[in-house]
Amino acid sequence: MDGTALILVELGAVFLGLGLLGRLAARVGMSPVPLYLLGGLLFGSGGMVNLAGISEFGEIASEIGVILLLLMLGLEYTARELVTGLKGAWLAGIVDLVLNFTPGAGLALLMGWGFPGALVLGGVTYVSSSGIIAKVLSDLGRLGNRETPVVLSILVLEDLAMAIYLPVLTATLAGLSFLGGLRAVGIALGTITLVLLAALRFGPQISRLIHSSDRENFLLKLIGAALLVAGLASALQVSAAVGAFMLGIAISGSTAHSATKILEPLRDLFAAMFFVVFGLNTDPTTIPAVLPMAVLLAVVTSLTKVATGVWAARRAGIGVPGRIRAGLALIARGEFSIVIAGLAVASGAVTGELAALATAYVLLLAVLGPVAARLAEPLSRPFLSKAAPEPDTAF
Amino acid sequence: MNFEDTSLPGLGVRREITLASGRRVGVVILRDGTMQLIISQREDPDACAAAIPLSTEEAGAIGAMLGAPQLVTQLSDQHRDLPGVNTQQFVLSHESPYVNQTLGDTHLRTRTGVSVVAISRSGSVFPSPSPGFELNAGDVLVIVGTSAGLENAAHLINDG
Repeated sequence: MDGTALILVELGAVFLGLGLLGRLAARVGMSPVPLYLLGGLLFGSGGMVNLAGISEFGEIASEIGVILLLLMLGLEYTARELVTGLKGAWLAGIVDLVLNFTPGAGLALLMGWGFPGALVLGGVTYVSSSGIIAKVLSDLGRLGNRETPVVLSILVLEDLAMAIYLPVLTATLAGLSFLGGLRAVGIALGTITLVLLAALRFGPQISRLIHSSDRENFLLKLIGAALLVAGLASALQVSAAVGAFMLGIAISGSTAHSATKILEPLRDLFAAMFFVVFGLNTDPTTIPAVLPMAVLLAVVTSLTKVATGVWAARRAGIGVPGRIRAGLALIARGEFSIVIAGLAVASGAVTGELAALATAYVLLLAVLGPVAARLAEPLSRPFLSKAAPEPDTAF
Repeated sequence: MNFEDTSLPGLGVRREITLASGRRVGVVILRDGTMQLIISQREDPDACAAAIPLSTEEAGAIGAMLGAPQLVTQLSDQHRDLPGVNTQQFVLSHESPYVNQTLGDTHLRTRTGVSVVAISRSGSVFPSPSPGFELNAGDVLVIVGTSAGLENAAHLINDG
């Protein structure tokens, strides 16, 4: 087979395989992310089959996958929600950061992976998966619960923190000097403020600029704008993903809604590619060695996430059962932990062991997080109050 | 009575009222426009005993169902001293020929002598609707008139 034919066959096999895995995931009601990772592990370097042909396409595709993931994340939030979230929940955000960044960073330092390693692993353990958690809350019928806004506002802050964290990470991984790093952070902070202000003030105008009633036209403008902004951000050393995130925040209202609809299939395709490529680049034979460490880290950071949720819910005046629900809901880690680890691996500035650890860690918590969230009801039963009988009731 | 709105960042908004019994009853309105009817649990007021997905139509029907009786009771109270005047509510069904027509097109007043004093739709009440008011399926028409007039009006609304 010549080069192109081989690439097409390999790509086709990969997507078909992912489709089957995704179906399996949907059947058992779990996030497909861990299965995509597993798929990548099986077929990568050191895995069962070596798919060398698609590596070049895979690199670009996974880069676009990250950009689309962040663009869609930005589209989910309006600037107003972010600003209100920042005002209302900043303290919870700080508690979350301190409790959950520290274990990862500490372990990396203990392992002698240096400052960049600590920054990476801290980020991996810090950020919960807003995708998995929003799905679990909705599946469990908890959207109307009082603790749900508390959980969601913590997720908002984490996502917003990514806008500062990713440029810092990019600068550190690129080996920039302290001043260079400071410049990147300055640019990032400046852009975030500008984008938030612009989105609050001129949201409808920006949206109108992008919007088009013609699907094809709209899609091309969206993707064009996203790649352009991402590329410029990358040239400024601010991280391509953050540029896309900012663009997503700036687009609001019905434009954001229709953009989400149009982009969803593309995001699914390229993000799946991203997870696979990350798995491909991780040598599965390195996983068993780091597994005990991953389990330890998962246990510790599950406890710290529970503590975060319990603390934040308690502060919001939620009862004990609600606190337990909030804490357990936050455990799941997923796509963004892999985005962080992926950036680190792509830069070549961290050891392969760290990538293996991050993979094992996310595999554990992306699967166990939703399970833990479901444990909340049985666990909180003893704390339910015996309410006085109400004449009206069937519940 | 005030709705309490709570933002659900990234998902939508929760809108609810707290009943005299302490229960929260309301809706979660998601970004894509779908709704869930929520009712809080008794043992754990933070949690929900039910979260029921509703289509826009179903939500409108429930809103009209809950909103109209109050209006009718109020109007009936006001008419108590006027013998022979009754208030009644009619739901505009899908099959009605007047769906997507204006209120004026029905010629209700000319043909039956009754008056449409209010229309309740999706929980909101439109008092004294003008002849140009466009009718939708599921609208609840609150009508004042004599018993005979109301009976005729019922036929007219359903069958034209």
